[in-house]
This record gives sequence, C-alpha cells and structure tokens, in this order.
Amino acid sequence: MFFQKDIETMDREALRALQQERFIRTVQTVYQNVPLYHERFNSLGINPSDIRSLDDLKSLPFLTKDDFRNNYPYGLFARPMKEIKRIHGSSGTTGKPTIVGYTQNDLNNWSDMVARFISAVGVTDEDIAQISFGYGLFTGALGLHQGLEKIGCTVIPMSSGNTEKQLMMMEDMGVTVLVATPSYALYLSEVCREKGLTGKLKLRVGLFGAEGCTAEMRAKIEENLGVLATDNYGMSELIGPGVAGECEYRNGLHIAEDHFICEIIDPETGEVLPEGSTGELVVTSLTKEALPIIRYRTRDMTRITTEKCECGRTHARMAKVIGRSDDMLIIKGVNVFPSQIESVLMGIDSIGPHYHLIVTRKNFMDHLEVEVELTDASLLESYGELENLQNHITDRLRTVLGLTAQVTLVGPKSLERFTGKAKRVTDLRNT
Amino acid sequence: MFINQVSVFIENRSGRLSSITKVLGDNGIDIRALSLADTTNFGILRLIVNDPKKAEKVLKDNGFTVSTTKVIAVQVEDTPGGLYKTLDCLQGANIGVEYAYAFITRKKDGAFVILRVENNEIAVEHLKDCGVNILSEDEVYSI
Repeated sequence: MFFQKDIETMDREALRALQQERFIRTVQTVYQNVPLYHERFNSLGINPSDIRSLDDLKSLPFLTKDDFRNNYPYGLFARPMKEIKRIHGSSGTTGKPTIVGYTQNDLNNWSDMVARFISAVGVTDEDIAQISFGYGLFTGALGLHQGLEKIGCTVIPMSSGNTEKQLMMMEDMGVTVLVATPSYALYLSEVCREKGLTGKLKLRVGLFGAEGCTAEMRAKIEENLGVLATDNYGMSELIGPGVAGECEYRNGLHIAEDHFICEIIDPETGEVLPEGSTGELVVTSLTKEALPIIRYRTRDMTRITTEKCECGRTHARMAKVIGRSDDMLIIKGVNVFPSQIESVLMGIDSIGPHYHLIVTRKNFMDHLEVEVELTDASLLESYGELENLQNHITDRLRTVLGLTAQVTLVGPKSLERFTGKAKRVTDLRNT
Repeated sequence: MFINQVSVFIENRSGRLSSITKVLGDNGIDIRALSLADTTNFGILRLIVNDPKKAEKVLKDNGFTVSTTKVIAVQVEDTPGGLYKTLDCLQGANIGVEYAYAFITRKKDGAFVILRVENNEIAVEHLKDCGVNILSEDEVYSI
C-alpha cells in the first residue's frame, strides 16, 4: 500500500532533479542562517553560489555528533524560536542530550515519512497500534505516534516497561500492530510464549526500530509473537524514524529520497564509495527547515542500492544496518560487529537468544568472552554434550569472526533483559 | 526399579550452589545424595531427593535449567570389595558405567551406589542375576 504513491514511485530522473533543486536551496539556507556552516564554508573557500549540482555534494564538509554537542542547544537551528514547534533529543549516554527542533512543516513531513513506511508494510486505519517505545525526548515514540494517527490507526501510547501490563493490553484491546525496539520485542515475545499467549493475540505487524536487528533475531520474534516483523530507520539528528523503512518485500529499507540524500563513505578516509559498497551512511536533508543538515555522519554501517524493487517504489534502498562504526569492536586487530556474533548465536539451538559480550585485555592481548544462556536441559546428561555445545559455538564464532572467543554458558534468565535499546557489550580494555 | 535423578546446570559463580539448596530447603525437599563435579566454567549438580517431581518444578520455577534422568540405586556391603561385586557383574555383561556416586545412611545397613549406565533395563536384569540388591524408588526416597 502507498501513502504518497506519486512521490514514492517517481521516475528517478525526476527525483534527481527534485533533489538537486532542494539541495542547492538547502546549501544557501544554511550558509545564510547557521554560523557553523557559514564559518566552515568560508574557511574551506567554498562559495555557496558555486554549488550548482548534486555532484558538488562531495566537496562539502561533514557534520558530526560533536558539532551538535558543541552548538548545544540551539546553535544549529536555522529558524527563529518563534517558528520552532517541538524539541526532541537523543539520550546522550554522557552529558547533555543532542537537541533537535522542528517547524510545523518539519513535523508534517516527518509524519508523512512515517505514514509511508507503515503503509508500505500493510498497516491501515483498521489497525490498533500499541507503542511500547519510551515516550519523552526520544523521537521514536512520538514519531510513530504521529504517523500512525495520520493514516487513521487507533494508537495506544503504552510507553516502555511493565511487561505484564503490555501483554494484558495487547490481549484485551485486540492490538494488531506493535511498535518497539527489537530487543524489547524479543523479551515481550518470550514472556508471551511462557504465558501461552502465542497464537492468542491479534498481533500481525511489528514495527521495530531504534536499533539494529539481525535476520535471526527477527525470525525468533516472529515465531514467538506471530507477527510480520518490519524494520525502519532514522535517528533524531536526521529527523527521527521514517528516513527509511521496509516495504512488504522486506528486501532493504526505502529511503525517503525526496527529503534526504544518502551517501556511503569509507569511515576511515571519508571518501565516497560506489553504489553497493558497505560503509558509513552520510545523510543530507533536503526539506528540513528548523535544523537542516549537510552530510551528517550517522556512524551507521550499511550499503545502498538503486535497483528497482518489486513493490514499485523507485526510491533507493539501504540494507539493514550491520552496526555502528563506533560500536565496531576491534579485537586482536579484527573488526567485530556485535550483530555478527548475534547471527551466529541465534542460529544455534540449545541456547537462548540473549547474550553478553565482555572484552578484556590481559598482558596486551585482547580477550573476547561471550556469555549465552543454556536452555536445553537434555544436555545435562553428560559433560561431554555441554562441552560439545561450547566447542560448537566457539567454532562457529571462529568461522564467522576469524578469532577465538571464550564461550561461557550461563543459566536461563541470568542475563539482563532490556525494555529500551539493548546494551550487550562490556568493553573493559580501557578501564 | 529406576530412581529419578535431578540434574541442575550450575554456572561457575559463587553462591549458585547455595541458592539451589535454598530453593530445595524452602520447599521442604530433602536431599538424599548429591554429586557435583566441576569443569572450568560450569558444573552439573546431580541430586537424589525425596520428591524429584517437586524438586524439578520448584527449580524450574526459580529459573534453573533442570532435567530428570532414570538411574539405578544398588545396595552394596559396606566392606572392602563390596562395590566390586556390582561392577564386576556389569563388566561381565559388557555394560559401561557413565558415572557413579555413593552414599551411606544411619537408617539402613550397607552402602548405596547410584549408577548411570548405558542401558538401564539390561543392567538391571544382569544385576538381579548376580544377586545385587536393587533399591526401589520408595526405598530410596524414604531413606
């Protein structure tokens, strides 16, 4: 289903022309209204009137999370506060949050983007949606809330936590759509299964976002909850959820290219990579008024294709985010994404889907420990079988990662469960 | 003829064994015999208790990985060579022992050995032929 079919299926030539026109205007706007861009362009000898086509994008400097921090709270805003209708922020793990603002047009466009991806996976005004994202400064909950209301869904703003009550509402209200982080959805799905609710709920679609989710984890959630699990992408610095989202074919996330230009760069050199390469996603906004961004480095690692999708949408698709360039662990010189480890673990029976990675350093040597929960009691017959399981996990990890990890089996439910974004890595090397 | 043995997975972390015994104690379950071997980072606790069904349930409810296995309990003479008679019998029938642990009690004479073998039925037949005293479930649970 389409929310804005004319835009979503626009001819790519016409789309490029639209992007170019909006891009040139955005560059002029930021130069005139945001001191950071003005000074940075001047110091690099960039004159906005020289920016005439999309090809000139790569000559512009990057914007980073540090720029948001250094210009806290309103330094990057391009409109007077009178026009700012909403403030959101991302939960900074250290210090002040990253603050973003929206004009009325920004809020409208954002709702449209969300409405597009939820329509694309078949959500309609017949649906009852439960939002189990935490409300507050976080863009996830209100972003989805607006988009769902826009297409006429019934919205239940549950917020996160209190799992028992979440399931009660789902059952009693006949909830058909669940909005949650994949890690919370996984936890909910386990409790749902334990309580024998699998198959009794009316849930049919899961809109999961705000963090990555491997195909294996998704399969587990689908099995336990009986939903079609779908992925969407966004972050507060860009606008929130809705920058990209899957369609019913779930073969990549369609980017809202009339609102954003996405590039893939080498995170080390900053060089733009050819289509299909895996690298860091860099995003430029085309319609944002309150907080336009030029070449924002998301730190998310993915790849992009402009190949036609069966759904008929012409907008480019990005692959599921495989990790963050700053979440990437370098262990004994090997690049390791937690998502790779997750894929391996999810594919092994006898253990649960939760895991914890602990990285330590002893005598200048890195050491990776992977804690997983043993769930298969039949292996208790002999030490041999438990050791075989341990060795099997170690071997699979070695094949995929190219390094040897220490696998530790722990009791069921002994690892932490998360109601928001999961924290599954403890790096003790520099403490 | 067979005794239900409860096996519990134990992480190599301090306090795990005590928390298992607390759960059992709080639920009025009496331990008859136990065996615990350790490897580098986990252990399997094997228990003979007065109520294995209840033990399995309360441990599961408390989040432990638990399974129940059928084992054989035999009574042997508490004298040098007492265990030999039993093992020689199994050896003669070419039956391997996976693991075994022994216990004694004040209430009954002799010593008791829990045996985990490859094939319970065949082992019991041979042990009977050799005149080994095999304990029933009731006898063991009520020791």
